Amino acid sequence: MTVLVGYVPSALGEAALRAAVEQARFRDEPVLVVNTSRGDAYADPRLAQEPDLARVVRELTAAGVPHAVRQVVQGRDAAEEIVAIAEAEEVSLVVIGIRHRTPVGKLIMGSTAQEILLRVPCPVLAVKAD
Amino acid sequence: MDNLGNLLDGFANVVTPMNLLIALLGVTIGTAVGVLPGIGPAMTVALLLPVTYGMEPTQAFIMFAGIFYGGMYGGSTTSILLNTPGESSSVVTAIEGNKMAKAGRAAQALATAAIGSFVAGTIATLLLVVVTPPVVSFAISLGAPDYFALMLLSFVAVTAVLGASRVRGFASLLIGLVIGVIGVDQTGQQRLTLGIPQLADGIDVVVVAVGIFAVGEALWIAAHLRRRAAEVIPVGRPWMGKQDWKRSWKPWLRGTAYGFPFGALPAGGAEIPTFLSYATEKKLTRHPEEFGRGAIEGVAGPEAANNASAAGTLVPMLAIGLPTNATAAVMLAAFQQYGIQPGPLLFERESALVWTLIASLFVGNLMLLVLNLPLAPAWARLLRVPRPYLYAGILFFASMGAYAVNAQPFDLFLLLTLGLLGFGMRRFGLPILPLIVGVILGPRAELQGRRALQLSGGELHGLIGGWVSWLIYAVVLVVLLWPLLGRFVSRPLRERLVTG
Repeated sequence: MTVLVGYVPSALGEAALRAAVEQARFRDEPVLVVNTSRGDAYADPRLAQEPDLARVVRELTAAGVPHAVRQVVQGRDAAEEIVAIAEAEEVSLVVIGIRHRTPVGKLIMGSTAQEILLRVPCPVLAVKAD
Repeated sequence: MDNLGNLLDGFANVVTPMNLLIALLGVTIGTAVGVLPGIGPAMTVALLLPVTYGMEPTQAFIMFAGIFYGGMYGGSTTSILLNTPGESSSVVTAIEGNKMAKAGRAAQALATAAIGSFVAGTIATLLLVVVTPPVVSFAISLGAPDYFALMLLSFVAVTAVLGASRVRGFASLLIGLVIGVIGVDQTGQQRLTLGIPQLADGIDVVVVAVGIFAVGEALWIAAHLRRRAAEVIPVGRPWMGKQDWKRSWKPWLRGTAYGFPFGALPAGGAEIPTFLSYATEKKLTRHPEEFGRGAIEGVAGPEAANNASAAGTLVPMLAIGLPTNATAAVMLAAFQQYGIQPGPLLFERESALVWTLIASLFVGNLMLLVLNLPLAPAWARLLRVPRPYLYAGILFFASMGAYAVNAQPFDLFLLLTLGLLGFGMRRFGLPILPLIVGVILGPRAELQGRRALQLSGGELHGLIGGWVSWLIYAVVLVVLLWPLLGRFVSRPLRERLVTG
C-alpha cells in the first residue's frame, strides 16, 4: 500500500507533501508524489518544473521515506488522474491540499478537491496551507 | 505642408470618444493575440472583418491598425517570458530576451521591448507620413503594364525570398491564384465553377482568409495538442535602470532604420530586419560576452525593428495597394469589402479615412505603451487559458463570420474545405502568405494585365510599358535566378571575407 499525494508547486502543495511524509512514516508505507497538467495551455503554473521535482525528491530523501515521483500530462483533469491512480493501484490514503474557493469560481471551474473527495475509493486527508 | 494639415485633420477625427474607444479595443485585442502563439493579427483581422460590417470604414480600419500594431507589442512578452515566440516577428527576441528573463532581468527585457517598440513605432509612423505622399504621386504616374509588373514582382518576392523552400512557396502561390480565378470572368466565361451556381461570384476573400488562417490553425492545434506546458517566468512591473537606457537607445534607432525599409519592400515583412538587427547589435556591442547570455541590445534592436516594419508595411499598402505581409493582405481585402479601391487614388478619394488611420497609429502606439509597460505580467496570464477553450471560440467566430458574409450554408462547406486545405498546407510545410497574396492580388493582376493587353490590341509588348516595368522585370529575373547567380556572386564574396 502507498500514500498518494497530489502535488502542485506552491505553499499548498508543500503542505500536502509534508502531511504525506508524516502519514507515510506513521503507516510505514512509501509515498507516491503525483503532479499533473492537462497540458493544453501554453503555460500551467500547477505543472511542476524540473527544479521543483528535484527539490521534492531531495526533501523525501532527507526525510528517509521510500518514494516515487510521477508526472502525468495526458489531457485529463488533475482529479481524474488522481482517481484513476487511486483505483488502479494499492493506495491506502490520498493527501491533497485544499483552499478557499469563491462560489463563482467553483461554478465556473469546478472543484478538483471535491471531485477527489467524493470519488476516490480510500480515505482522503485534506490539508490547508499554513 | 498640405500633408501636415491633413494629418492634423486626421488627429481631430481620431480624438472623438468613439474612435478612441475603438482604437483602445483594437490595441487590446492586438496585444492579446500577439501574446498567444499561433493566433496572429492576420487571423484576427480576418475573423473580425464580418463583425465590422456595421461600422463605418474609418472605425474598422482604426481597429485593424490597432490590432496590427498591438500584435507586434504582444509577441515580445511571450518571447521573453516563455521562450516561445508569440509572433514570427519576435523569434529573434526570444534568443536574448528569454536568457535575460532566466537571469532575473525579465523586467528590463520587457521594458526595453515596450519602450523600443514605442520609439520605433512613432519614428516609423512619422516616416510613413513623409514617405507615402511622394510614393503616391509616383504611383499615379504608373500605367497598367507597370502595375502588372509590380504585382508580378510581389508574387515572386513573397514566394521566393521568404520561407525555406521556393517549390513550396510557388505551390502555395498557385493554389492561391487558382482560388482567385474561380468565378465568372470579365468576358462572362465560367471559370472553375464546376456548375455550382454559388461559385459564380467567386469565393469571398473573407471565407478564404478565415478558412486558411483560423480553421486551418485550429485543426492543426487540435492535431498537436498534447504538449508539455512550459513555465512562465514570474515578473514584476517592467522598468529599466540608467545603464539599460544607455545600452538600449542606439539599438532602438538602428532597429528602426532596418525595420522601416524592409517593411515597405514587397518581400519585407518583419522577420528579415529583426534578424539583421540582431546580427548588427551582436557585432557592434561593447559587451560581446553577454550575447547568448541575455544582452539587452539583442532585445532592444529586434523589437524596434519589428514595430518599424509594421509602419513600413503600410506604405506600399496605402500608396500602391500592394500587401507585403499577411495582415496587410487581409486589410486590403477589407478595403475591397467596403467598396474602397486600394491604390494611389486612395489618398485622393478617401483622404479623410487615410489620414485618420495614420493619426490613429500615433494614438494607438501611445496606448500600447501604456497598456504594455505596467501590464505585461497580466498579459502573460493569458497563456494559462486552455487552448481548447481558445480554439472553440475561434471556430465559433470563424463559422459565424463565414456565414454572415452571404448568409448561405454553402459558405460553411467552403470554410471547412479551405480549413482542411490550410491544415494540409501546415502539415506539408507550405507557407500561408503566398496563398493569401495570390487570392487577393491575383484578380487585380489579371485586371491590370488585361488592360495593358487591350491597349496594345493583344500584342505581348503591351505588357512592357516604360522603364519602370523594365526595371521591375529585371528585379524579378534576378530574384528568380538568384540560386544560380548566387553561386557566382556569393562564393567569391565569401572567399574574400575569409581571406580578408
